[in-house]
Amino acid sequence: MASEQQLTAIKGAKVLMVGAGGIGCELLKTLALSGFRDIHIIDMDTIEVSNLNRQFLFRQSHVGQSKAKVARDAVLKFRPHINIIPYHANVKDPDFNVDFFKRFNVVLNGLDNLDARRHVNRLCLAAGVPLVESGTTGFLGQVTVHVKGRTECYECQPKPAPKTYPVCTITSTPSKFVHCVVWAKDLLFAKLFGPKNQENDLNVRSSDASSSSEQVEDVFEHKNDEDIEQYGRKIFDHVFGYNIELALSNEDTWKNRSRPRPIYSKDVIPIEPVHQNGNQGRASAAGDLSSVSAMASLGLKNPQDLWSLKENSAVLLEALKLFLSKREKEIGNLSFDKDDQLAVEFVTAAANIRASSFGIPLHSLFETKGIAGNIVHAVATTNAVIAGLIVIEAIKVLKNDVKNYRMTYCLEHPSKKMLLMPVEPFEPNKSCYVCSETPLTLEINTHCSKLRDVVDKIVKAKLGMNSPLIMQDSSLLYEVGDDLDEDEVAIYAANLEKVLSELPSPVRGGTILTVEDLQQELKCSINIKHREDFDDEKEPDGMVLSGWTQAPAVEKNGKASADNGASTSGASQAASVATEEDDDELQIIPTLTGKKRKLSDVAGAGAASSDASSAAKEPKIKRKAEEIDGNDDVVMLEDGDSTNSTKKGEP
Amino acid sequence: MDGEELTEQETALYDRQIRVWGADAQRRLSKSHILVSGLKGSVIEFCKNIVLAGVGSVTLNDDRMVTEEILSANFLVPADPNVYTGKSLAELCSDSLKEFNRMVRVSVQEGDLSNFSVDFFRKFDAVVISSCSLSTKKSVNEKCRKSLKRIAFYTVDCKDSCGEIFVDLQNYIYSKKKGDGAFECHIKYSTFEEAISVPWKSLPVRVSKLYLALRVIEKFEELEGRIPGETSAADLPKVQKLRKDLCDAQSHDESRIPDSLLERLLEGRSEFPPVCAIIGGILGQEVIKAISGKGDPMKNFFFFDAMDGKGTIEDISEVQTDLPNCNLFSAITD
Ligand SMILES: [Zn+2]
Repeated sequence: MASEQQLTAIKGAKVLMVGAGGIGCELLKTLALSGFRDIHIIDMDTIEVSNLNRQFLFRQSHVGQSKAKVARDAVLKFRPHINIIPYHANVKDPDFNVDFFKRFNVVLNGLDNLDARRHVNRLCLAAGVPLVESGTTGFLGQVTVHVKGRTECYECQPKPAPKTYPVCTITSTPSKFVHCVVWAKDLLFAKLFGPKNQENDLNVRSSDASSSSEQVEDVFEHKNDEDIEQYGRKIFDHVFGYNIELALSNEDTWKNRSRPRPIYSKDVIPIEPVHQNGNQGRASAAGDLSSVSAMASLGLKNPQDLWSLKENSAVLLEALKLFLSKREKEIGNLSFDKDDQLAVEFVTAAANIRASSFGIPLHSLFETKGIAGNIVHAVATTNAVIAGLIVIEAIKVLKNDVKNYRMTYCLEHPSKKMLLMPVEPFEPNKSCYVCSETPLTLEINTHCSKLRDVVDKIVKAKLGMNSPLIMQDSSLLYEVGDDLDEDEVAIYAANLEKVLSELPSPVRGGTILTVEDLQQELKCSINIKHREDFDDEKEPDGMVLSGWTQAPAVEKNGKASADNGASTSGASQAASVATEEDDDELQIIPTLTGKKRKLSDVAGAGAASSDASSAAKEPKIKRKAEEIDGNDDVVMLEDGDSTNSTKKGEP
Repeated sequence: MDGEELTEQETALYDRQIRVWGADAQRRLSKSHILVSGLKGSVIEFCKNIVLAGVGSVTLNDDRMVTEEILSANFLVPADPNVYTGKSLAELCSDSLKEFNRMVRVSVQEGDLSNFSVDFFRKFDAVVISSCSLSTKKSVNEKCRKSLKRIAFYTVDCKDSCGEIFVDLQNYIYSKKKGDGAFECHIKYSTFEEAISVPWKSLPVRVSKLYLALRVIEKFEELEGRIPGETSAADLPKVQKLRKDLCDAQSHDESRIPDSLLERLLEGRSEFPPVCAIIGGILGQEVIKAISGKGDPMKNFFFFDAMDGKGTIEDISEVQTDLPNCNLFSAITD
């Protein structure tokens, strides 16, 4: 294998690795052993304890340090004479522009989120540098090769959409534990500890909004002289008791559903004059945040235990008390963080009490943490295998061995006797807005929608641009950048708030907008089509982008979402579940069975499939091992993978 | 349950993998003892994987002194003669592996693998051997079989950009969840000797070429009294002759074992690190499955060749099973 030609290709190669996590550690090691001598590596993350079970270049003593830098030092111990340049930085930083990418012969991705992947894909296309992309979750993994003009780009195939839940499923009619977690995290936790004045559906759940909202406004406010214990019980009774009673009064809701049970704190935990707490000294003694724990105060040890309703209630009240007494200063600025023990305890308890109210099975803290923090399943072995496959593809790319490029799937169960299944790469998708010049079409009400809606919901959210520039003909409507003068900033800010048809150069049906991201060197045209009416439920954005495809939202085990029908009028917003970046590993949607590309297709090496046949074949085949990807955009329900919901489309 | 439960420290460290295979499996892993002999690249990868996974103990056996060639696919030994001179490969690897995971006991067992007794092997739950002669593979496998308790036995080899894993789990029983119930699966494995004695004409129709080619080379090394792996392209004529003899005896088509493949395997003394990573990864996964009882273990050979990129499982045994996993289901009420 190590032919002279190959060794020369390896030794002379300049390689850019993006990501020094699970795949990255394995990859850097395998590259170094294979003879690569010039490796640059970008990773913005620092090392955490839960990385250590697989990111083997890191030790306990490295916790908190830059992954890229520590990985470099570790590899130099066994390959001292090679050149490894670490960058403790975000790959989206402007420094990493097209010129930077052009310096490399191949780019290797070991990333953990869809956003960064799309960004790197665009830079590779713009710089004309081949990209080897990868992802793993649990025992599943995949490696793909993307060479401009030769194979499809990373975005030629639609990626799974973020899983969203209609708001009323979260606020009124939860049917799964994940709904309770989203409620606990994004509504209750955010209401109590996050920034004030947030739109929040916890207050008003009945038709007579005016009377209740006023009364409720006081409930969440903790007055200075108010006893913490009493305050906690007041919150408890309000959200688990009163609000449920209120919801029950709306008979229509419960015609076809089982009715929830209101829960009041005194029925679960009898009121005692003095709250006894033998262990509290332990929590306060250490003084640092990580030691503030309701579990520790209450003597609960095993995070995998299922707590009773009483235990959950005790944890909730205790966690609330600890937040107010020990972490007072943070209140008002907190957002949920899966590494914040007390926050996880609070959310676990709240989700379980709500689940209990709605007859939904309870879950342990360990499981809840996985769901709330979008924790990806990860093992070292799969990462090692995938890293090996990446290096094999990288070498082919360096040798320009085009006919042998493969995308490889690492499967959990063998298919046609194969655990590692190579598949020929697909040709570029001719209607891909990223790697071809196909225009997009946007249906929108140009008399109602503002430029801000287009920028936020389309240009940023859907097209994945970071610093967009929007033009109509030759007039600039919007731009971001450090080099703008004050006047320009003011004009663009004003434009954002204008309705499309009232912009300085009006945007109407038939207008063609040019949208460009200078860093990504991506430019596309959007044909505007005016439309008056949109379906609140199906088209909550009030606009429809076509020529841009997004796969349907997927839940684990390929189960379709059952929540779609549950939304009622007024629920124009949905709690969207994007995920928190955690690891370098991604989600595979394990829908591998039954849709595999035939072995004969793979064996028939050489001839790339013709346009016609690939067009017919592609969607079906691609959905196969597709797509290990973007766990940050998919919620994994059953096994606890994710949800960091952010509300979109606030009115 | 006290003492049985994972500690807080373990739960934090193993968080991500417990989410893959569960706390029960993690507990079983932490009580398991693994013997590893022949520390080549793929085995080094394997050791890293199981130490990270959190097995109870790993015992390393490889008395060789370190040379530059040995280090070609080794990331455990610092490239500093001041560090590695005077220590055996096993000692050096042990020093590094300990740092990967303080909760795993890593130790060294000196001596020649072929001299170890049944009593010695009995201490382990899994035995992984590499780069040993045909007769050693057979005898270690037999000794594992003779032990009263079940020992999972694996051989692994990488040559050039090819790799092979063999597994013998004896009579393996595990439970498998299906819907709401659990099923008990039984798999009956063959020993290495039994497997390679399967007449070639009874092999699966499109059996991996690697299987056949590796048997020819294994036989060649045995006949010539070579140290395993000590071959070169100069041996090709003799190997071609042996291939003809073996194929004639088995009434098998010689063209199924191409010259180009034999040549690669004979020359492939230095290991190709990406293939080591792949083979070591798959092997790690299989050992974790066998110990934890989670997941379907493979039966009974795995092959990978970077040339075509396929990683294939072959069932080559006296009792072949149609389904790769279970040949007998019995429902357990759950
Ligand atoms: Zn494309």
